[in-house]
Amino acid sequence: MCLAVPGQLLEIRGEDLERSGRVRFGGVIREVSLACLPEARVDDYVLVHAGLAISRLDADEAEQVFRYLEEIGLAGSGTEVAQRGGPTGGGAS
Amino acid sequence: MKFLDEYRDPETARRYVQAIHRCVTRPWTLMEVCGGQTHAIVRHGLDRLLPEEVTLLHGPGCPVCVTPVERIDQAVHLAGNPEVILCSFGDMLRVPGSCRDLLEARAAGGDVRVVYSPLDALALARRHPDRQVVFFAVGFETTAPANALAVAMARRQGLDNFSILVSHVLVPPAIEALLASPRNRVQGFLAAGHVCTIMGTREYEPLARRHRVPFVVTGFEPLDLLQGILMCLHQLEEGRFEVENQYSRSVAAEGNPQARRLLEEVFEVVPRRWRGLGEIPASGLGLRADWGEFDATSRFGLDDRPREDAGECRAGEVLSGVLSPVDCPAFGGRCTPETPLGAPMVSGEGACAAYHRYRRLEEAT
Ligand code: SF4
Repeated sequence: MCLAVPGQLLEIRGEDLERSGRVRFGGVIREVSLACLPEARVDDYVLVHAGLAISRLDADEAEQVFRYLEEIGLAGSGTEVAQRGGPTGGGAS
Repeated sequence: MKFLDEYRDPETARRYVQAIHRCVTRPWTLMEVCGGQTHAIVRHGLDRLLPEEVTLLHGPGCPVCVTPVERIDQAVHLAGNPEVILCSFGDMLRVPGSCRDLLEARAAGGDVRVVYSPLDALALARRHPDRQVVFFAVGFETTAPANALAVAMARRQGLDNFSILVSHVLVPPAIEALLASPRNRVQGFLAAGHVCTIMGTREYEPLARRHRVPFVVTGFEPLDLLQGILMCLHQLEEGRFEVENQYSRSVAAEGNPQARRLLEEVFEVVPRRWRGLGEIPASGLGLRADWGEFDATSRFGLDDRPREDAGECRAGEVLSGVLSPVDCPAFGGRCTPETPLGAPMVSGEGACAAYHRYRRLEEAT
């Protein structure tokens, strides 16, 4: 129920409680409320839940998941997992 | 899709799994609170990629599951009123009440409609001025702003035929109740990223300090979950009990200020009964007195007395992480998604439904 889906903002109209926008999710375009995102601009990616845009996705922060392992020094070469009998393949797709 | 597919990259996932194996030296028990995360974990088999020292328990974050019986009965009762169009998220239709569910109420002639947003219900109210439109407002902090907005717009548009049947619940008080229980085994939490998108991260600070447990605000894709698990384990291994934010692309420390302001204006914190878990103090949202005209319970004079669950469903134990769904004697036999005995088998976020969908065949062999 807390599922929220990212989409790209194509167009904005209205103000205040009535502020809304057209958002493209993959091939589907829907009208969503922007009442809680006054700072959202056309082309932004927003997260939409139950018809309401709840956040604007931060493109820089979106990359941190790919940098984190190096940053904390846990990237490693990855041989010891195989020795411990852990998984070696992906599987999380 | 952008902001989705890249978080399912198998090569990065493999590196996270290796880092987790490298980090863990002792047994640890973590809980993911949100049912959406439970489904992602079980579906992608992430729990099986973890070292055997790590146990993941599934938490109470399924709003459909914790909506109390009397609230379902009220919705069923409203559906029987020929004046009413009852609107609900689809998941609520199969949740058993004390004698029937909303799907049966619809089969008996009730006007029950599935909508995607409370704003769709508001549009229905504008189109049908001769009918009473009621939206079944369940959900956590994530969903509450959309409902607050619908009510605020109804007032502004002068609609007197729109109301909501409110059963909102709040996450931190439920975590507090779990941590206070003598049966608690959880040592670290993955906090639900979309709840924190609205509320921010600060509510977890006192919980982390008081109970000496780490919280990592976590997203919903496989890489998010693996990173959240790693961050939580890393804290535990180092003896830290902090609130960290894995889902920073969506979550700011202060949450969404407009959404919080809207919540504050329309709702107040109230005690709430959680199905299977009982009453938890200050764990729900109800309409403030000056928004009372939008409260379906008073508008239709509904019977609001608590009702007890009869039957063999052990949802309370499943929701608090004490019982694994597959260990419920009814699982997969008397209780299936086609003939659910309890809400955790119905909902797209219920733990029983997740195991039935992705694990049933192998668990049976
Ligand atoms: S398997 Fe069915 S009866 Fe058992 S706890 Fe889950 S929903 Fe309830």
